[in-house]
Amino acid sequence: MLIAATLAILVVMILAIIRGVIGPTLYDRILAVNMFGTKTVLLISLLGFVMERPQFLDIAIVYALINFISVIGVLRYSDSFAFKQSTHEKESEEP
Amino acid sequence: MRHTINLFLMLVIFWLLNSGHNSALMLSLGAASIALVLYIAHRMDVVDHESQPVHLSLKLPGYFVWLLKNLVHANIAVVKHIWLGNGSISPTLTTVKASQKTNVGKVIYANSITITPGTVTVDLVDDRIIVHALLRKNIQALKTGEMDRRVSRLEN
Amino acid sequence: MEIVIEITSALCLLIGSFLCVSGGVGILRFPDFYTRIHAVGVTDTLGASMILVGLMLQSQESLVVAKLLLILLMTLFINPTATHALAKAAFHNGLMPLLSKRSATDKEP
Repeated sequence: MLIAATLAILVVMILAIIRGVIGPTLYDRILAVNMFGTKTVLLISLLGFVMERPQFLDIAIVYALINFISVIGVLRYSDSFAFKQSTHEKESEEP
Repeated sequence: MRHTINLFLMLVIFWLLNSGHNSALMLSLGAASIALVLYIAHRMDVVDHESQPVHLSLKLPGYFVWLLKNLVHANIAVVKHIWLGNGSISPTLTTVKASQKTNVGKVIYANSITITPGTVTVDLVDDRIIVHALLRKNIQALKTGEMDRRVSRLEN
Repeated sequence: MEIVIEITSALCLLIGSFLCVSGGVGILRFPDFYTRIHAVGVTDTLGASMILVGLMLQSQESLVVAKLLLILLMTLFINPTATHALAKAAFHNGLMPLLSKRSATDKEP
């Protein structure tokens, strides 16, 4: 069951990567990266149990914090010119 | 003072959980890092009733249980609509009124809306919350105001 | 007794995996950014909780259970904040949501 759950999480990570690559707006990409990060935390915890190394949980905790800080750090620049421009470019491209 | 003691206890628990060692060296290193964190937090002036809401701690567990029950229902609804496809969803953007008086209460209400799948807080201006919902049904459930009342009861 | 815990844990892991895969399908299937946030919300709340509870039931040491609980609490506290920051940034930069007045599928080619 642990291995099945690990495989399911891997599938979800692949789906998130696909959305991150095709995602039409910048925000879709950030959302996909955030989801990828939270799924990585789950993957690390599951792998710790599959390989019987509970020390992996420490890495999962640190990864959860880093993931949050990276998303907030990117959004810190969301009022910059490049962000606004990217939003309007996508709007004008719409049919 | 209450808030400092609360922060100190949280940091002690956090250190003991994450280290798992009880040697004198590890414990003294822990004490040193806790002292450093307390000093930095005081210099930043963030130790107050907003970062350490001790006055809510008795009422919060009951609210969490209710929120968890709500969360399960919302999850089932969203998963159902994911598999039903795009034709079945009705995305809506509206404003909801927040009747809480304090900032902490408003933030708890806005975050409760966000954590429930199907509704996301987009913005919070004074006492109006802009909410994006996946289904129109979710907005109606929010406007009956049960969550609002429960959060209001939490803060006094 | 042990077999009951084993089965409950497997059931939790199964439900969690199903919820996570549903969220992954949702993030690909939904029509615009704001609706995709809801799909991510499913995987972040109940999906992650179910998998972590399943792991908690399987672990023997109490320190491991405490760490899993810490991860669960962090996930539940951190993700609404990140989601709200993202939605607010998108809204303030003028990304308008696709509302249900137009038919929800007409954007897709």
